[in-house]
Amino acid sequence: MEELRKRAGNLLESGQVRVVIGYGEGTGKRVRAVFIQDAGQADCLIFDERCRQNLALYLTRHEVKKLGKPAIVASLPALRAILQLAGECQIAENDIVVLGIGEDGSMLDLPDFAAIEKHVASTVREPDPAEKAQFDLVLAMSLEERWKYWQEQLSRCFKCYACRQACPMCYCSRCTVECNQPQWIPVPSHDLGNLEWHVMRAMHLAGRCVDCGDCSRACPLDIPLYLLNRFLIMDIESRFNQRAGTTAALDYALSTFHPDDKDDFIR
Amino acid sequence: MPEFEPRIVAFVCNWCTYAGADLTGTSRIKYSPNVEVIRFPCTGRIDFMLLLKAFAEGADGIIVSGCHPNDCHYTSGNFHARRRWILFRGLLDFMGIDVRRVQFSWVSAAEGAKWADVVNTTVEAVRKLGPYDNYRQIARSGGV
Repeated sequence: MEELRKRAGNLLESGQVRVVIGYGEGTGKRVRAVFIQDAGQADCLIFDERCRQNLALYLTRHEVKKLGKPAIVASLPALRAILQLAGECQIAENDIVVLGIGEDGSMLDLPDFAAIEKHVASTVREPDPAEKAQFDLVLAMSLEERWKYWQEQLSRCFKCYACRQACPMCYCSRCTVECNQPQWIPVPSHDLGNLEWHVMRAMHLAGRCVDCGDCSRACPLDIPLYLLNRFLIMDIESRFNQRAGTTAALDYALSTFHPDDKDDFIR
Repeated sequence: MPEFEPRIVAFVCNWCTYAGADLTGTSRIKYSPNVEVIRFPCTGRIDFMLLLKAFAEGADGIIVSGCHPNDCHYTSGNFHARRRWILFRGLLDFMGIDVRRVQFSWVSAAEGAKWADVVNTTVEAVRKLGPYDNYRQIARSGGV
């Protein structure tokens, strides 16, 4: 933590960056994102096991962009998000400084995207056992059971779009849900609109989701959104051998194709 | 009670399947009238949301059809579409939507007979499955 504060302070003092995006103490033992613009404030940066939010989300927000060149505190999910954002031309290598944090909590030296790619390729994070069990449970259900399960889960959704706001990949300045001519997704919360919204969210993140799980954690109604994303992640990995957030080049499942892609259902 | 007549919506590309369906007609091949054809510039243009909208509007089954791989008028539209369908179809299944009601096919402009066969077999398959009550029920909740 001391090293993190020192590096952040130096970056601000030397003028290499204008803002450090990191974690700080919030209210009631919770952590919150902090945006430090003054070297003297670098001491309020923290990093511990509570710091799970994917801060890469803020890299594309215009309120943060206008503060100037950022440095960002990034553990594995954020590092993957940074690579994916770079692949989608949302951030450039020279426009950010990455304060990488390893799986053991130590600082990483990540001067460029190539170093991030190398770190991401060499690091494995096992999925949460409870989440994996839930995933297998849904997968083992019959078609009718899956329909009932999702209708029940999604019926709670009241379209607050917290899942979208928490997602580092949902950076479109105008989302399809806000289009009203035509109205793709109905505004009120009802079974049809809820299903359409969640199918659309999953599909628009297909091949792009870095599996940080922030959408599920942001959901005030505990809808297991990670199941949809994880299904597509596993499907893409097994069919196309691709995984989001592994390369800073534009190469994700739906940005490309292979003439020999295999399907077993097209007549 | 009259026999259930499935309502099938077909999303087809302009260059191959639409022309193929035209050939079915000019060849005077008779096929099921349950299908309503919607013409698109390319299968790459067929957004997955359109398929959901078709179900919401009361379709019991859907056909999506375009040029064979390597025959796309725009070179690669159908390759991109194929990837999208592979993922979308899996996701629908994972969410409990009956993918037996969605038939994907490649029908070229010379395959008038194949188009008739695709339509007829899809209509019969959906007739056996019955009306898509599950989706209609949630569509009603949205006041569609």
